[in-house]
Amino acid sequence: MRALAEDGAGEAAAQAGRRRRAALWAHGWLALGVLVFALPIWITLVGSTHDAGTIGRGEVPLLPGSHAVENYATAWAEGGGRFRTTAAAAMLWNSALMALLIAAGKIAISLLSAYAVVFFSFPGRMAFFWMIFVTLMLPVEVRIIPTFQVMVDLSLINTMAGLVVPLVASATATLLFRQFFLTIPDEYVEAAKMDGAGPLRFFRDVVVPLSVTNIAALFVILFIYGWNQYLWPLLVVNDRSLETIVVGLSKMIGTGDAQNEWNTIMATAVLAMLPPVAVVVLMQRWFVRGLTETEK
Amino acid sequence: MATLELVGIRKSFGAAGVLHGIDLSVADGEMVVIVGASGCGKSTLLRIVAGLETPTAGRVLIDGRDVTPLEPAERDIAMVFQNYALYPHMSVFDNMAYGLRIRRVPRAEIRRRVEETAALLGISALLDRRPRQLSGGQRQRVAMGRAIVREPRLFLFDEPLSNLDAKLRVQMRAEIRRLQKRLGVTSLFVTHDQIEAMTLGDRLVVMHEGRAAQIATPMEVWARPADTFVAGFIGSPAMNFLAARLAEEGRAAALAAGPVLRFADGPRPGAEGRRLVVGIRPEHVEARAGPEALPLAVDLAEPLGSETVLHGHLPGGESLTARLPGGLAPQAGEVLPLLLPAEALHVFDAETGRRLDPLEGMARR
Repeated sequence: MRALAEDGAGEAAAQAGRRRRAALWAHGWLALGVLVFALPIWITLVGSTHDAGTIGRGEVPLLPGSHAVENYATAWAEGGGRFRTTAAAAMLWNSALMALLIAAGKIAISLLSAYAVVFFSFPGRMAFFWMIFVTLMLPVEVRIIPTFQVMVDLSLINTMAGLVVPLVASATATLLFRQFFLTIPDEYVEAAKMDGAGPLRFFRDVVVPLSVTNIAALFVILFIYGWNQYLWPLLVVNDRSLETIVVGLSKMIGTGDAQNEWNTIMATAVLAMLPPVAVVVLMQRWFVRGLTETEK
Repeated sequence: MATLELVGIRKSFGAAGVLHGIDLSVADGEMVVIVGASGCGKSTLLRIVAGLETPTAGRVLIDGRDVTPLEPAERDIAMVFQNYALYPHMSVFDNMAYGLRIRRVPRAEIRRRVEETAALLGISALLDRRPRQLSGGQRQRVAMGRAIVREPRLFLFDEPLSNLDAKLRVQMRAEIRRLQKRLGVTSLFVTHDQIEAMTLGDRLVVMHEGRAAQIATPMEVWARPADTFVAGFIGSPAMNFLAARLAEEGRAAALAAGPVLRFADGPRPGAEGRRLVVGIRPEHVEARAGPEALPLAVDLAEPLGSETVLHGHLPGGESLTARLPGGLAPQAGEVLPLLLPAEALHVFDAETGRRLDPLEGMARR
């Protein structure tokens, strides 16, 4: 009996040991992954606290320096580089406005178009649906020349509208909302009809409130999509005061005939990272819920 | 409070006909139950009354006014849905108040009516909750409350009890009946459950393949079913049907299984030898010997204590079910003599399935 019990205890101990080793193994890999992702950000963060000379000499410092305040002040108020690019404050404002308008516009339009496609039967409904679907295959880059021509004709070059409008239609969001709307039971529609709610009333009082988590999740994705836009803003805006931070950042890096002010560039890069991070952190709870559950 | 009249309602989806001409008039304050197997068109009929479907032909009149072209909201009707259809993001109060808000009822009036209705249904404590936090029975009450609070001219119930467990269903059934009587609102109630139908309805509409097989009071439907479908549908266990021919100048039925049964209530029309179906409910079969007794070979005996249900077959191969007093416990394989009392017989025409009543003048009625 005793031998058996000891055997059992030994077995259990061995099992616990195996489990711990497995956990260590898994955590080791995860830690390595975090390191791989975090290191460049750390280097940027550290780089933004040294003077221009340190990085210029080819050093890659791993510990923070003492020039943080002046670097950020320069980046925020004046911009960097020999060419005196736009100040980060202005570019951040441009980017934020653009990303917000793109996200809000995409959500508004795709909510409405998905609502039309799902809840109404009109001639050519499926044709419209497929037309929206097909635009998935036409990203900005493919249609960039005709789009540019249209913007020129509408004299929207160098305007916020020119920056936002071509990016606002969204097949992806429309499809997502369509899939969600299809899960809304017909009985809600019918109950609303009996209650006397018209289509827009039903949309406002039932469909939108039910979609909040989806809207929040999409907002995060679309805000970051808008924030990261590079090619289109580069083309449509050449007025420095409308420059977005992603474009402005790349313009701060020279072509090699002069030394780059890496300290300011890094500070600007850190500043450019903050708004998307803030959006993700603030919306995290909604974002995860939107991707995993529906309120029904 | 209103009367409802359906005139020649037809509906087809594409080539498939679902309703083939339904006529019905519902008196003020009456509760009419539409009962039938799934796919008989009962829900479609209700949705036509609600205005959620448009009839292919026919008219719907409420209080004598033709509402066929009107939108659901303009008909002043409330409906209780099978899955309740409570808006999940709204509190119970908001769910009940929604229809009133759309109709721009003043705020204080909404509050008063919702609270009154909630008290009536015993859900006052739940007004701040979300539907998700409620049990099935509570949701059912809220769904009813949403209908009552509107004070509509007509209530429509679309199988509202089918998602509840058996015990709750019995309780809610009684409650719906009580409320409907108390409020006196004209109501249409759709169900596939014959017990619900029998207990709730002032009258029943028994639907079969898009037609109203019979429209009558529950007792009338049970005692004088209009055809073999109704006879088999209402009553549990279902009525027995035996093949027979008209004999003795219409005064008796010669069963295919042997005996000749004389009708208690007078002769049926038709030529000698006309093919009949004779129906008898299992509870009317008696376990007695006699010259007209049928020998039943018992296949299965279900002793339920107060009664015993026998399933067996007759010499011709026809099956027969009998509900006999408890205590009797024949074994499977045994042969038992059974009598079919003449006054409990239902006679149907074998071709059409329609009920055959005694000839005029001699009818007992």
